[in-house]
Amino acid sequence: MTALLLILIPLIGGFTAFFIKEEKLVKMWSLAVAFASLAVMSYGLLFAYNLDNKVFVAEWLPQFGSSFALLMDGVSSLLCLLTVVAYPIIFASTWKSKYTAPNSFYGLMLLTQAGILGVFLAADGLLFYFFWELALIPVYFLCSKWGGEKRIAVTFKFFIYTFVGSLLMLVGLIYLYYQTADASFSMQSLYEVKLTVTQQAWLFWLFFIAFAVKMPVFPFHTWQPDTYEQSPTAVTMVLSALMVKMGLFAVVRWLIPLFPAGALMFDNVVIGLSVVGMVYASVLAMQQDDLKRLVAYSSIAHIGLMSAALFVNNESGMQGAMIQFFSHGVNVLGMWIVVELIERQFGTRKMSELGGIAQKAPALAILLVVVALANVALPLTNAFVGEFLMFNGLFKFNIWYAAVGGLSIILSAVYTLRMIQKVFFGNENAVTVNTTEINWYEKTSLVVIVAAIFIMGIYPKPVFALVQETVTMILGIFK
Amino acid sequence: MNLILISALWGIVMMFSGLFIANKSTAKTIAVVGALVLLAGNLFDLSGKMIIDSNFNGMLQYDKFGLLFLTVIVLALLFYFLLSGKAIQEVGNHSYEYFALMFFIMSGIGLVALFNNLLILFIGIEIVSIPLYILTGADKKNLKGNEAALKYFLMGAFSTGIMLMGIAFLYGATGSFQVDKLNLTANDNFTIFLVIGVVMIMISLAFKVSAAPFHFWTPDVYDGAPTVFTSFMASIVKAAVFIGFLNLFMNGFGTITGKWQLSIAIITALTLFIGNITAVYQQSVKRMLAYSSIAQAGFMMFAIFAVNDMSKQGLLLYAAAYCLATIGIFAVLVKMKDFTIEGFNGLAKKEPLIALVVTVCFLSLAGIPLTAGFFAKYFVLAAAIKTGTYLWLVIFAVLMAAVSVYYYFRVIQAMYFKEGNSEMAETSSGFKGLLVAVAVLIILLGVAPNLLLNWLILY
Repeated sequence: MTALLLILIPLIGGFTAFFIKEEKLVKMWSLAVAFASLAVMSYGLLFAYNLDNKVFVAEWLPQFGSSFALLMDGVSSLLCLLTVVAYPIIFASTWKSKYTAPNSFYGLMLLTQAGILGVFLAADGLLFYFFWELALIPVYFLCSKWGGEKRIAVTFKFFIYTFVGSLLMLVGLIYLYYQTADASFSMQSLYEVKLTVTQQAWLFWLFFIAFAVKMPVFPFHTWQPDTYEQSPTAVTMVLSALMVKMGLFAVVRWLIPLFPAGALMFDNVVIGLSVVGMVYASVLAMQQDDLKRLVAYSSIAHIGLMSAALFVNNESGMQGAMIQFFSHGVNVLGMWIVVELIERQFGTRKMSELGGIAQKAPALAILLVVVALANVALPLTNAFVGEFLMFNGLFKFNIWYAAVGGLSIILSAVYTLRMIQKVFFGNENAVTVNTTEINWYEKTSLVVIVAAIFIMGIYPKPVFALVQETVTMILGIFK
Repeated sequence: MNLILISALWGIVMMFSGLFIANKSTAKTIAVVGALVLLAGNLFDLSGKMIIDSNFNGMLQYDKFGLLFLTVIVLALLFYFLLSGKAIQEVGNHSYEYFALMFFIMSGIGLVALFNNLLILFIGIEIVSIPLYILTGADKKNLKGNEAALKYFLMGAFSTGIMLMGIAFLYGATGSFQVDKLNLTANDNFTIFLVIGVVMIMISLAFKVSAAPFHFWTPDVYDGAPTVFTSFMASIVKAAVFIGFLNLFMNGFGTITGKWQLSIAIITALTLFIGNITAVYQQSVKRMLAYSSIAQAGFMMFAIFAVNDMSKQGLLLYAAAYCLATIGIFAVLVKMKDFTIEGFNGLAKKEPLIALVVTVCFLSLAGIPLTAGFFAKYFVLAAAIKTGTYLWLVIFAVLMAAVSVYYYFRVIQAMYFKEGNSEMAETSSGFKGLLVAVAVLIILLGVAPNLLLNWLILY
């Protein structure tokens, strides 16, 4: 039941939001819907984490072997949790942002949430594809309507990229469907299909390109920095904290279990591309003056590490990657909030035009430094746990990948610390002389994130327990 | 049988009402009533109650698929009359005759959907084609329309000749006009007569559904004809010819797929390529839709390529999805002042509801989930993948579908994200209500395609 409610609440809430014309009211409504999802998820996770709540099956297209089947387990629960945690934070931290036609904006935001949760929950191939594409449509409208100057062309590029990827996946999915014993799209039937190695090899690529575009893995990443830069920050948060996880999650739930032989055959290709992407993105991040682009490139680097770790075929790498799903979501959210606060106050995101903010807004500065340190994966922060495990896994797989990938950690320290220095310290200038401190709900959003960073950095055990189910399943498949 | 009879009779009724009723606007009402009567007749057909219960020595066959297909077509006709009836009356002075011609076309469509004899197919196609030549040139003062009509007539007559020739060769080779008595088997000695016969029929049918490389008439004719009639040609007529195509290749040539599948695959690939790539360069929405209709025909060709049970489901759903979306878009296009894509700039601000419906229609044409177009594409592609051969064709097709997103979304972008002052004729609230009904149907079929397909599978 929890699984179904998680999709229904934002879906119905989103459609209702379209009819609330009053700006304040629609903001409050959306926040209420986001909190409702959070409440349902927390209850389900803490008090009712049993089969009844985790599984939902309803008839959809019985003649064609597809049903409306949802399954919340292991890493899927973790990502659902991330989604429902992120949404209230996103709404609260962007409370002051003004949008034309706020009803449409918030309606589309909530529909996106429904789509993302659908992707994380779907346990039926066709349903998964359905949600995979559906999550994209509201985002397309959000970015194109409320984004920056070049928004239309940039968003369009993003849309076409992902659309090509998903269509290729559709072909693979239909092909797979005809190989099932009982002509069914259900996850179990698809898992049980016996494929030859050649079939696995090319099906692997049909699926992987779709996921790689979404993550994005080098060289499919070119849509990402532009889209992050041009989107309104609230949407960028959704894109980078949640939507990129769709690609990583799909690797865990669909790609590797469906084509283990394919994954083993191409592990070096995927890991190689990911590692190259990590270093490449880190180098580019150092060149950026625009805060949004900096965070965008740093995000590519982090995603690269996760996608590499998913293919190393050992427990450490898997665990690390899945924990990092959550940690990266939280941390990047924190980064975007800071960017949003700075842009709203000063009207610029250029580091060269900022400076000395820490003097007038110490709370903001402290909170940012914590988030930034987590971005560099310092010990005691949540990212350390994940990155350590991932590098450990990568090391076991092949020492050279770990060595080259390790460069990106050093580089990330360089660009992150340089950003702190340029934006927060140094002398005030004309732009930043009238800095004011952030208000209480912005503080609260950031405090929640900082708290999450430390709690998970010191006591990550609950998260380990949650994802262990998936890790065991995947390692079992490889054996 | 009911549908064929009633539509022919109603066509005559329409013609004579034109003589006796001076008021032009009564024509739409009579036509809508006629479409409703057709629907009733078709439903009686489906339940087996016919006015003349005969299959004319096996020349017609009342299979469920054909009849169900006609239900979809008649429903599309009803929507078309309701949405565009007024625009039809405004084309020229002969509003009753336009409607009458369309009823005659429906009669031909009935024959094409239910034929079991090659001569009936030929007669059906001719009954569909000849009124279309007239409708294309209906706007007598428009030079482009005249040119289009003449072009269409000459090329159409030529292709009909090829079809007749093909049928004659086929008769020479097999000794039968009956589709179910052709008795072709893959091990036959293929006489040159048979090969020429099949190829010629294939070419002429490909011409009628505007598949490349026999598509050259399409952009000029669709662009030159009065916009309301383009809507009719691009939706109802095109879908209807496809069912004739599928019936013939499934029931007649289904046993020798190996001999013609490659040719159809090449035609499909060419159609997809030319339709999609050329559509990208169009500035006029009307011309873009003409090329898009070629591209969509490419997807429908997959049903013919595969000839299996999924083909039937796919084509049925495709016809419904494609007709709904095309009729919806054209109904709005007729009201626009400026047919270029810039003409749609800022429509969402002025007419949010209409813009939303047009968006749903375009999303459906592009095949985005939650719209009927997604499942339409899904089923025809699934049909092709089921054959297990020519997977490159399917992958090529989805890449082309991605290209199609480019030009469909340009209109959506114009409506929602560009500033502008698009001018549109006044629309009544009834018109808007109908448009919303079209959008709701598209979404309904996009969530639950089995609402339609169950009729094919279960009953």
